Amino acid sequence: MPELLEIKNLRIEATSYPPGEPPRDVVLVDDVSVSVAKGRVLGLIGESGAGKSTIGLSAMAYGRGGVRLTGGEVWLNGRDLRALGAGDLRALRGREVTYVAQSAAAAFNPAQRLIEQVIETSLTHGLMGRTEAEARAVDLFRKLGLPNPETFGNRYPHQVSGGQLQRAMTAMALCPKPDLVIFDEPTTALDVTTQIDVLAAIKEAIRDTGVAALYITHDLAVVAQVADDILVLRHGKKVEYGTTAEIITAPKEAYTQALVSVRGIDHVEKAPAPSVLSIQGVTARYRGTHFDVLKNVTLDLPAGQTLAVVGESGSGKSTLARAITGLLPPARGRIVFGGRELSPALESRTKDDLRELQMIYQMADVAMNPRQTVGTIIGRPLEFYFGLKGEAKRKRVQELLDQIEMGKGYIDRYPAELSGGQKQRVCIARALAAKPKLIICDEVTSALDPLVADGILKLLLNLQAQEHVAYLFITHDLATVKAIADRIAVMYRGEVVRYGTKTDVLTPPFDDYTDLLLSSVPEMELGWLENVLAHRKMESAGN
Amino acid sequence: MHPILRLVVQRIALGLLLLLAVSVLIYAGTEALPGDVAQAILGQSATPEALANLREALGLNQPGYVRYFNWLGGVLTGDFGKALTNGQDIGQAIAQRLGNTLFLAGCAAAISVPLAVGLGLVAARYNGRWPDKVISGITLSTISLPEFVAAYFVIYLLTQVFPIFQPVAMVFPGMGFWEKLQAVALPVLVLVLVVLAHMMRMTRAAILNVMQSAYIETAELKGLSPMRVIWRHALPNAVAPIISVVVINLAYLVVGVVVVEVVFGYNALGQYLVDHVAKRDLPVVQAVGLIFAAVYIGLNILADVLSIIANPRLRHPK
Amino acid sequence: MRRIPLSALIGLVLTGLFLFAAIFADFIAPYPLDAVLGKVWEPPSAQFWLGTDTIGRDIFSRLIYGGQITIFVALASSLLSFGLGSFLGFLAAVRGGWVDQGLSRLVDLVMAIPTLIVALVVLSVLPINLTVLILIMGLLDSTRVFRLARAVAMDIAVMDYVEAARLRGEGQVWVIFREILPNALSPLVAEFGLRFIFAVLFISTLSFLGLGIQPPLADWGGMVKENKDGLVYGKAAALMPALAIALLAISVNLVADWVLSRTSSLKGGRGA
Repeated sequence: MPELLEIKNLRIEATSYPPGEPPRDVVLVDDVSVSVAKGRVLGLIGESGAGKSTIGLSAMAYGRGGVRLTGGEVWLNGRDLRALGAGDLRALRGREVTYVAQSAAAAFNPAQRLIEQVIETSLTHGLMGRTEAEARAVDLFRKLGLPNPETFGNRYPHQVSGGQLQRAMTAMALCPKPDLVIFDEPTTALDVTTQIDVLAAIKEAIRDTGVAALYITHDLAVVAQVADDILVLRHGKKVEYGTTAEIITAPKEAYTQALVSVRGIDHVEKAPAPSVLSIQGVTARYRGTHFDVLKNVTLDLPAGQTLAVVGESGSGKSTLARAITGLLPPARGRIVFGGRELSPALESRTKDDLRELQMIYQMADVAMNPRQTVGTIIGRPLEFYFGLKGEAKRKRVQELLDQIEMGKGYIDRYPAELSGGQKQRVCIARALAAKPKLIICDEVTSALDPLVADGILKLLLNLQAQEHVAYLFITHDLATVKAIADRIAVMYRGEVVRYGTKTDVLTPPFDDYTDLLLSSVPEMELGWLENVLAHRKMESAGN
Repeated sequence: MHPILRLVVQRIALGLLLLLAVSVLIYAGTEALPGDVAQAILGQSATPEALANLREALGLNQPGYVRYFNWLGGVLTGDFGKALTNGQDIGQAIAQRLGNTLFLAGCAAAISVPLAVGLGLVAARYNGRWPDKVISGITLSTISLPEFVAAYFVIYLLTQVFPIFQPVAMVFPGMGFWEKLQAVALPVLVLVLVVLAHMMRMTRAAILNVMQSAYIETAELKGLSPMRVIWRHALPNAVAPIISVVVINLAYLVVGVVVVEVVFGYNALGQYLVDHVAKRDLPVVQAVGLIFAAVYIGLNILADVLSIIANPRLRHPK
Repeated sequence: MRRIPLSALIGLVLTGLFLFAAIFADFIAPYPLDAVLGKVWEPPSAQFWLGTDTIGRDIFSRLIYGGQITIFVALASSLLSFGLGSFLGFLAAVRGGWVDQGLSRLVDLVMAIPTLIVALVVLSVLPINLTVLILIMGLLDSTRVFRLARAVAMDIAVMDYVEAARLRGEGQVWVIFREILPNALSPLVAEFGLRFIFAVLFISTLSFLGLGIQPPLADWGGMVKENKDGLVYGKAAALMPALAIALLAISVNLVADWVLSRTSSLKGGRGA
């Protein structure tokens, strides 16, 4: 029996238009072959630029903005899609193959009610009557755990939450009873605790309807929960292809092994030490609002150690950083740093206070002035705080570049000429240049691909050992926390709900929210999802 | 109150406030500038008696705010005062000419709006291909021409090279509608040229913006026919930006009309304004300036109100 | 060095030619501005390259002198609008608070009426001379520069690298001149080109309406006005000043477009 989807030696190209240069063709996908049988789920995994979405869309013979299939074959239900005309393709899209996008919020027409959009293909392709289609939609809404399934469809897209929209999009994809659904990073844009519920709903819907699926993601732990087979991609080429169990438990290629063992950093918690930073009863709100974003926060960070502050969006963790740096002077509470009380407002702090407290940002791209060279970016704190000039400054900048493992040849480059990981390293060097006692790291690895993020974490740990600098590490990612923290504070709606040494915080019994958060981080093991859902105490926050 | 209604009322109230502020600006702009207004009007060689008489006539002996409120009260009741130069009633003079101006602008709008939207649609549909390039290229070359330059090119082309039209546009009371239409053909053509380029380019941009949305991709991936994609998914979302683009560009006609009327010797409001600026006839300038400003502000309010109404997020609040 | 596209090259060369002719008008123009030399509406000849005008003056010479005045007035007023607008725009963005509110509301008010109407109202009272014209055009147009400069500076001021500089303890001078200005410069330079075109068109329009440059001086707009009857008699030479205006506007536009596209490609990274 032929497979449902069979891709052979696929080659995909696009034309790129570099500014100021003649346009040229670039190869996005080269010589990739996969197949999906009826009712099976294939996971496509890779970092950004691996070509996974492009391959996914090729199963619908669709290329975004000038992307072309230039070689190989794509067979679906026994027909070669590359040989089909526009009319035949339209008959097939939305009927045999459907698509779930990463951002459902953008993928729904804002001017139409959800139900109209969900049943649209069933009607236009003549698959069922309106009544039947609506009944099926309501049924799918119920199956996917949407509230008030009977009336849910009467709402407009902007009237429901992100997690609900993602489920509605899944319902839209399943409504015409397709043979194959392409899920393109369907949970990536969601908060961790919401992601797990949506993931579970998708998995259940796939199982119930017996549909085959292509599941595209950058997160191996996520895909391990839903896929039967996995194709690992890098730079548009196949790295490894096998069953999920093979890939997770016995990866053959070095790249896959690195992906599987990512964040396997073994970090032993350090012994108690005197505090470098002590936050006492800090309460803060933004100007012109009547709502405390930080409520009576009390935390201690020992010198030379790492305090990880974990929470979802809206938990107040980034606001805490603003309060410490003086950008948002707290309404109440004290912040003691290096033995002296910090003045609440940035303007009235001493130069030494500023020097000893440095910050690294999530988006290294916008954290560096694009018009300054690496030498200027790292050199400015040297000049500003220590009065270094000329050759002495340049020598020290090079030392710092060596320390962040970048070496020679970068000092005169502009940020645009660096890779994502290198940019973040330069930001670290800039912070280090001030010889700080404390560096606040605000989601510094979340914008990076997993392997690159891993390198940054290892670098930060090395630097801590060399320089005895403390980190206040703000993140939503518990795997990162486990890799780097000595102490952990869990924040939820502006409050610290759990705080202590890493071992204490991560050892049961848990409070409800910590339990939810901990159980929401996908583990790289088979059957983890079912296990977690069976032991949950609290509904996810973002629903 | 429905949130939409509240927003619309707010916007209109804001517009009226703005108009009031503009009336102050126009009044102050002519009355509070350095130098003596009477002197400016009569020139350096004026006799003291003439100056005194004029000051009396202008009410210059009263404090500024009193004169402003008197003037505003008059305007609100339709009394614009009398022209300094010939003592004519300004309200009447405006009434006679306003119709001509509206006729000219109306003809220009009636042609340019469907043309601009149509060309914008075609250019957007064939984005980057030759119909788009041709349309965009032609409109781009007219975009940097001032109205009167465009006018003279058109006049030269259509009265000399191809002698089809008369280079002046005279309309008289009692002229038939068809005759009138023939008379304004050339000025209308110029106005269309001037306003078309901007309107078409902004329409094209508005449609492209919608066509590049993720939900259009969703619709295409649903295997819908191109007509259905445009009709059901693109158009309902593009209508609001297109309407507001069109209305905002119609407001530019206000400026275009002034210049084009002068070029063609067309006896209407713009010509009236320019003549009386040269004659330094303040009451006329204030009155006509205020009318042009009111039309301009009114069209801008209309654009905002229409886009508020067309926004599904506001029509169906959470 | 990046290759300059053909359209920008044409724009640069033409703009350069116009500027050159304006600066060295006295050396290039064959005849004085106001000399009546020939018969009325003489056709182009070796003596009068573009023929003579409605009272027998050399059109070519008048075009060159007219260009000098047009370009001078436009340049002066766009420098004024640019300097004033960008200074106040940056100030509003960096200071915020009531400075920003006050300036922004004032600009909203002025921009609520078409510039030409405001200019006409004001010109009905003020004496019409070069200084007044430059001031009016410069002040009115500075509102647009203000909005752009404020928006650009606001966009940059919220960037993390500006926050990083503030956290380092840098003063306002460093923040404005080293962090914000280098990144705001290129869009502003392109904007300068557009403001210059606007000023050329504006002064030409005013002169055409008889409310701009006054005789005996003559700019291109005024020349269109004085020669407009010639057109009715089919004298193509009467179109020359209009053609000059169009050509200058288009060439500067081409250059500005190029500067603008260069700046957006220079940003690099995500361009967020």
